[in-house]
Amino acid sequence: MAAEQLLSVKDLRVNFHTLRGVVHALQGVSFHINRQETLGLVGETGCGKSVTARAVLRLVVAPGEIAGGEVHFEGRNLLGLTEVEMRTLRGSQISMIMQEPKMSLNPVIRVGRQVGETLRIHDPSMSKKIAAQQAVDMLAQLGIPDPKRVARRYPHELSGGMAQRIMIAMMLVTRPKLLIADEPTSALDVTIQAQILELMNRLIQEIQTSVLMITHDLGVMAESCDRVAVMYAGQIVEIGPVRDVLKDPRHPYTQGLLKTLPDKAHPDEPLYSIKGAVPTLLSAHKACGFAPRCAHRFKPCDEAPPPMHALGNGRRAACYLLGDYAGVPG
Amino acid sequence: MNAPSASSKLDRSDARRHRSDARRQYWCDTFTLWRRNKLMVVGTFIILVLLVVAAAAPLLATQGPFDQISKDRLIPPSAQYWFGTDSLGRDIYSRVVYGSRVTLLIALLVAAISTPLGMAIGVLSGYFGGAVDEFLMRTSDVFLAFPKLILAVAFAAALGPGVENAIIAISVANWPSYARLARAETLTVKNNEYIQAMRVLGASNLRIMIGHITPMCLSSIIVRMSLDMGAIILTAAGLGFLGLGAQPPTPEWGLMVSDGRDFLVDQWWVSTLPGIAILIVVVGFNLLGDGIRDILDPHQRQN
Amino acid sequence: MLQYLSRRLVTLTITLLGIMVMTFFISLIVPLDPLASIAGPQAPQETVERLRKLYGFDQPVYVQFGKYVSRLAKGDLGESFQTGRPVLEDILAYFPATIELATVALIISILVGIPLGILSAVYRNSIIDHFARVFSLIGVSMPVFWTGLVLLLIFYFKLSWFPEPGRLDIMLIEPDEVTGFLLVDAIIAWDWEVFFDALWHMVLPGFVLGMWGMAGIARIVRSSMLDVLSQEYIKTARIKGLAEYKVLTRHALRNALVPAVTVIGLTYGGLLEGSVLTETIFSWPGLGRYLARAFLTLDLNAVVGGTMLVAFTFCFVNLIVDLIYAFLNPKITYGE
Repeated sequence: MAAEQLLSVKDLRVNFHTLRGVVHALQGVSFHINRQETLGLVGETGCGKSVTARAVLRLVVAPGEIAGGEVHFEGRNLLGLTEVEMRTLRGSQISMIMQEPKMSLNPVIRVGRQVGETLRIHDPSMSKKIAAQQAVDMLAQLGIPDPKRVARRYPHELSGGMAQRIMIAMMLVTRPKLLIADEPTSALDVTIQAQILELMNRLIQEIQTSVLMITHDLGVMAESCDRVAVMYAGQIVEIGPVRDVLKDPRHPYTQGLLKTLPDKAHPDEPLYSIKGAVPTLLSAHKACGFAPRCAHRFKPCDEAPPPMHALGNGRRAACYLLGDYAGVPG
Repeated sequence: MNAPSASSKLDRSDARRHRSDARRQYWCDTFTLWRRNKLMVVGTFIILVLLVVAAAAPLLATQGPFDQISKDRLIPPSAQYWFGTDSLGRDIYSRVVYGSRVTLLIALLVAAISTPLGMAIGVLSGYFGGAVDEFLMRTSDVFLAFPKLILAVAFAAALGPGVENAIIAISVANWPSYARLARAETLTVKNNEYIQAMRVLGASNLRIMIGHITPMCLSSIIVRMSLDMGAIILTAAGLGFLGLGAQPPTPEWGLMVSDGRDFLVDQWWVSTLPGIAILIVVVGFNLLGDGIRDILDPHQRQN
Repeated sequence: MLQYLSRRLVTLTITLLGIMVMTFFISLIVPLDPLASIAGPQAPQETVERLRKLYGFDQPVYVQFGKYVSRLAKGDLGESFQTGRPVLEDILAYFPATIELATVALIISILVGIPLGILSAVYRNSIIDHFARVFSLIGVSMPVFWTGLVLLLIFYFKLSWFPEPGRLDIMLIEPDEVTGFLLVDAIIAWDWEVFFDALWHMVLPGFVLGMWGMAGIARIVRSSMLDVLSQEYIKTARIKGLAEYKVLTRHALRNALVPAVTVIGLTYGGLLEGSVLTETIFSWPGLGRYLARAFLTLDLNAVVGGTMLVAFTFCFVNLIVDLIYAFLNPKITYGE
């Protein structure tokens, strides 16, 4: 596919200044998303997924700061834009839906108005009536029954699934080019999760949006993503087409992650867990971040952080095991 | 940093080490919070000064608090009389110094009476529920229907003037807030699995209430109390000012401010300086209270 | 909403009854014989006995209480030992002055406190924030009677920026009493000279009285704003691309001010308390000064009547505040 890169992140670094010192939350994250494709960002809690999302939207606030790198959206470096320019992009070109839908909605404003607000922010000439009508239409598209009545409700009157549909409506009503979905189904009941995912996927196809799907759920990733990036301790350790990474993981961490999935073929076997704990990020990695927990650890792992090795077909992984050549960057 | 354990089982010494590490971290964070919160340090300092002044009053005062030197009436602050003298020729500085004892006494006694009383009633109310709860809470509601100062002044007026009566009066106005707080905490904790387990084990109600529920209420009660201290002192001073608390010749700060009212224009020091003492002490308690709240309140710690 | 209102009215009635019981109880616990102090130490025993019979103190407690309740139902609060007039007449005469002053003080508190709190939260840890926090801290810690004296000393005695203590210049004639509120009555009588003079007289005591409220409101608005600003929906508003000041006014404030409303109710209680002290200092002819005198001279009927009225007002204000809060908070109006 002659895909054009919609979003291109290069060597992104983010630091947080805390009571205990500087936490290096992102240590040189690089990836890209093409038009109309969904990239999954997978990893454990605390590996930096949400920070990446916020950094792309330039919503990293004190005590955090973007310490370096580039974020190119449709060719422009977002990190070089003024706040005003950034604001025109947010909500209209790049949107984000978050984990807790009920907390992400203003409790004292009716939900229909909140959906319409996105439209009126980016088109101040739009009348309230038209915005309200478009909001109701969007709710209908999301399969909400009796959308006119629901639009007049307050967030606390809605169920979790309904609230998430409102969120999705609110963020897709302007048909953005990029949607960041930060664990959109994690807070929902399992039965609702599938529904919402399906809804999202349908809409995304219709609007032809690219998606950065952040999740810790490998099942969600498998269903919704074209490509996937695996994150560990502030870095991307493996990236590639979903099917390839799932069938044939190359990085030991990815391999470990996949092993933790319960094996239906052998239901009585004890569940696997990767030994050790995630490192604190109080210092930048001087060596491979995963080495302390890796079964295949050997000398070069402790000397310097491994570069990304290209593995063909758009696959890359950061591991010294993947060959004893110096490693082709990027 | 984090070395991987050799075996996958967590052994006892690991557990113990983790626990002592966690505890050390807690105190480290607490100390860091205290140190960073410079205002709290100031507050602590002020209160310490108050305690020292009260304890060492005879050493720090230049005259006795009741000594009247008729020829030196209404003298402005000078080298001999640091804060000047009042209409009876008494040294205001020494009276302020001795007044710290009165203030401290009232504040501590009111806290010592109203807090445990309120807490006990609140825990009882929350624990037993039903008619007991209704009765106790309606009663405390009636007390809370009055503005605190008005209630305290009314009781002080009815009981008669004097420091002891003032203490009782303020305590009467103060206990309901603690009762409500303790009741709210008790209700939250009451159906904890931990408490259920105690009951299954056969612990008596009294034991559960005193030994388990009360400690769980303590941190919010302490926060409330430290924030209240300033208000208690202001109420006591107000009573003194109105003539209902400490009586002359007791060197109570509120009373001293009232004494100086007639001489306000030309002898400003008689009223103004004792009032500054009240201000400083209340500021100190408020800073301390804010700091204690920052430390004990788990929500704040996460920032 | 109606449900909530009716529930609150029931609670209110019970509370009002409780207040009446409490105030009666206060009059009971007086250890000294108030009559003896009024009759004077020289009075013969018969005089005291006669007074006792006159005021009904010779009856057993429950009879007294019964009489008390039945008199209350008729609106009879007894007579003041000091003035000899019916207490009800007294307190109704003095009440408007207190309410007028308290309301002015409340307005001052709100006008200063809310913006201060907002600025403090938005520009957290800046100079404005530090100044506001210090100001709040001191405002909440100042003894109101001392503040009144000091400000009176500086701004009246030394600088003459503000007038003498009292409601109106003695040379001016008060307008016909329609409401008892000088400002309102002056407008009704179209007497602008009185209006502005009365206003000018209200500034200093109003500011003193409102000081505590100002500080308290600024604090709660600050903490409430900080709380709201850290919520998820504020992030959502920013993600939508909303300009920062609109995020503040349209999303943050609407939520942050709701808890502030309850504090405003509490503040009014503080104003009622403070009026006892402030009115004494500024010779303000209001209920506060009347009560202060009544407490000191143990004028029982006045104490009971006055305290009861203050408590009633406090309850009523709290009720209004609760209703406003319920109105603003959809969780209560639309039931959870």
